[in-house]
Amino acid sequence: MTDSQAMNQRIDQPLSQNIKADGSVTTLAEYQSNYGYQGLAKALSMSPSEVVDWVKSANLRGRGGAGFSAGLKWSFVPPLEKLPGQRYVICNADEMEPGTFKDRWLMEHDPHQLIEGLAIAAYAVQADTAFIFLRADYDLCAERLQHAINEAKAAGLLGEQLNDAGFSLTMLLHTSAGRYICGEETALINALEGKRAIPRSKPPFPQVSGLFGRPTVVNNAETLCNLPHILYHGIDWFANLGIGDDNGTKIYGVSGRVNNPGCWELPIGTKVADILALAGGMQDGVQLRGFLPGGGSTDFLTLDHLDLAMDYGTIQHAGSRMGTGTMILLDDQTCVVGMVLNLIQFFAQESCGWCTPCRNGLPFIRQILTELEEGRGQHEDLEHLLELCGYIGFGNTFCALAPGAAEPLQSALKYFREDFVAHIEQGCCPHGNSPKVNTGLEKEAIL
Amino acid sequence: MTPIIATDAAATCADWRLQIDPLNEHEETAITAQIHHYPQPQAATIEALKIVQEQQGWVSDGKLKAIAQRLQMSPDEVESVATFYNKIYRQPVGRTVISLCDSVSCWIMGYQGLAQALTQELNIALGETTADGALTLLPAPCLGACDHAPVAMVGDHRAHKLTPTSLILLARQAREHSS
Repeated sequence: MTDSQAMNQRIDQPLSQNIKADGSVTTLAEYQSNYGYQGLAKALSMSPSEVVDWVKSANLRGRGGAGFSAGLKWSFVPPLEKLPGQRYVICNADEMEPGTFKDRWLMEHDPHQLIEGLAIAAYAVQADTAFIFLRADYDLCAERLQHAINEAKAAGLLGEQLNDAGFSLTMLLHTSAGRYICGEETALINALEGKRAIPRSKPPFPQVSGLFGRPTVVNNAETLCNLPHILYHGIDWFANLGIGDDNGTKIYGVSGRVNNPGCWELPIGTKVADILALAGGMQDGVQLRGFLPGGGSTDFLTLDHLDLAMDYGTIQHAGSRMGTGTMILLDDQTCVVGMVLNLIQFFAQESCGWCTPCRNGLPFIRQILTELEEGRGQHEDLEHLLELCGYIGFGNTFCALAPGAAEPLQSALKYFREDFVAHIEQGCCPHGNSPKVNTGLEKEAIL
Repeated sequence: MTPIIATDAAATCADWRLQIDPLNEHEETAITAQIHHYPQPQAATIEALKIVQEQQGWVSDGKLKAIAQRLQMSPDEVESVATFYNKIYRQPVGRTVISLCDSVSCWIMGYQGLAQALTQELNIALGETTADGALTLLPAPCLGACDHAPVAMVGDHRAHKLTPTSLILLARQAREHSS
């Protein structure tokens, strides 16, 4: 066995290997002592199209939720000979999916990993400018990323003439002013152009005409963090990390009434139950009823699904989506109607208002759910809600926000219909103390 | 034919230039640096709004117009951006803003109790500012710290695993520091 093979066998948590228990940031020196920036060095010794092919063969799927192959996404950027001139890469670090905190964890603790990954992506598509689009509230990430960019620049890892072919890269940090829709890649591009973050019509796809009308690739932060390791250790190593059909690891997370909420890097395809075990089980006196597998815009799954592998195909087959891989748990002390109302309130508030089904449909659903939660609902409301889920579903809206909002609602009506019925029949919320969400009017008053 | 409409429009256009609250030296320098990152000045709108807000606490009409002039935009264009984003304040806020996460994980873990305790303590509703101008209380969409729920931002400090008591204590500390 060669040294590199021995090392490959040891490393099964590449993305989190530098993360320290005390929460402090990995410095450039620490990062470099553990093959940091060697993945980039390797990429820079290859041709850009070789890097694209390498990542395509590794079948690295987008970790932001959609699961699209990163290498394939890059390959849609026209070759420089056909379309010369400026092109961009953007890291989507606008992590605002309810219940999701994995990118923050990676960026706060190991910012150089993201910077190296983004530089590799930039080289692959021949972009000389890379943006990190960071959500507004991640102040600590912003501070640490900017410091790390400065460190990398000072060390000559970013900047002019990074390889013999003369590849140069400027990396800029953009902190958002806060809107969930900025996570949609074309809305993100509008936000970066200083506009309202409204999704664009596709085609043209950003790879052909994106930021300022130039070819642009947008990749999620966790996706990019995989690149240095894939370049350094190779495709076979990456393929062997996964358990099922998918390759690599995944940052899984759990929040809700568990003893040890958090996130963990595990082989992609780890069973739901094994992830929940790491979360230390439910708190005393609380029973698990169901879970949203990958953020607020995924369908509920139930106790029948605990043995499923958390990968793209398996969770989709079960009627939901792996999404961001960060689970939100529903317990027996929490009112499911209230929980769905809270989610719908979020999506109604964060809708950009561009298309009617989303702008009008979500507040309409919020109204019906509020009445149900307060015990003023009717039996026919449930059919009406399902009908509305159809109106705001895929094909009727401009982007995926409203169809995503429909997912927890339609699945709650499927699996927990008796809870909705109990609200109607008892004329009140059976949980009694179930929190009433604020309507957002308070917020609108100031903004 | 009396060109009343045209005259009014011209008067309005002339008017807004009179109401500009000019950018101070720091704002001008910082915004200029941001403009250089982009091929067109308009792309720096969000940065410009944030720079002014950092200096002034909020974005007044006068400052918004100054930004418009600097970025070669109409005030309405800048306003359309300013009103779109959650974190741009178009009204004065307290010296410290407390953003209480009201999204799903924090809601499950006790958001409502926190909101109730804090609004009672401060005697204001969500979205309001205390009479002494020390604190503004805002509901916030998911802050991305669900593993530490329930959470809030007190100024730029993210506070974890809050209880009504610990949140009230943080609010009192913030009020003392700001006076």
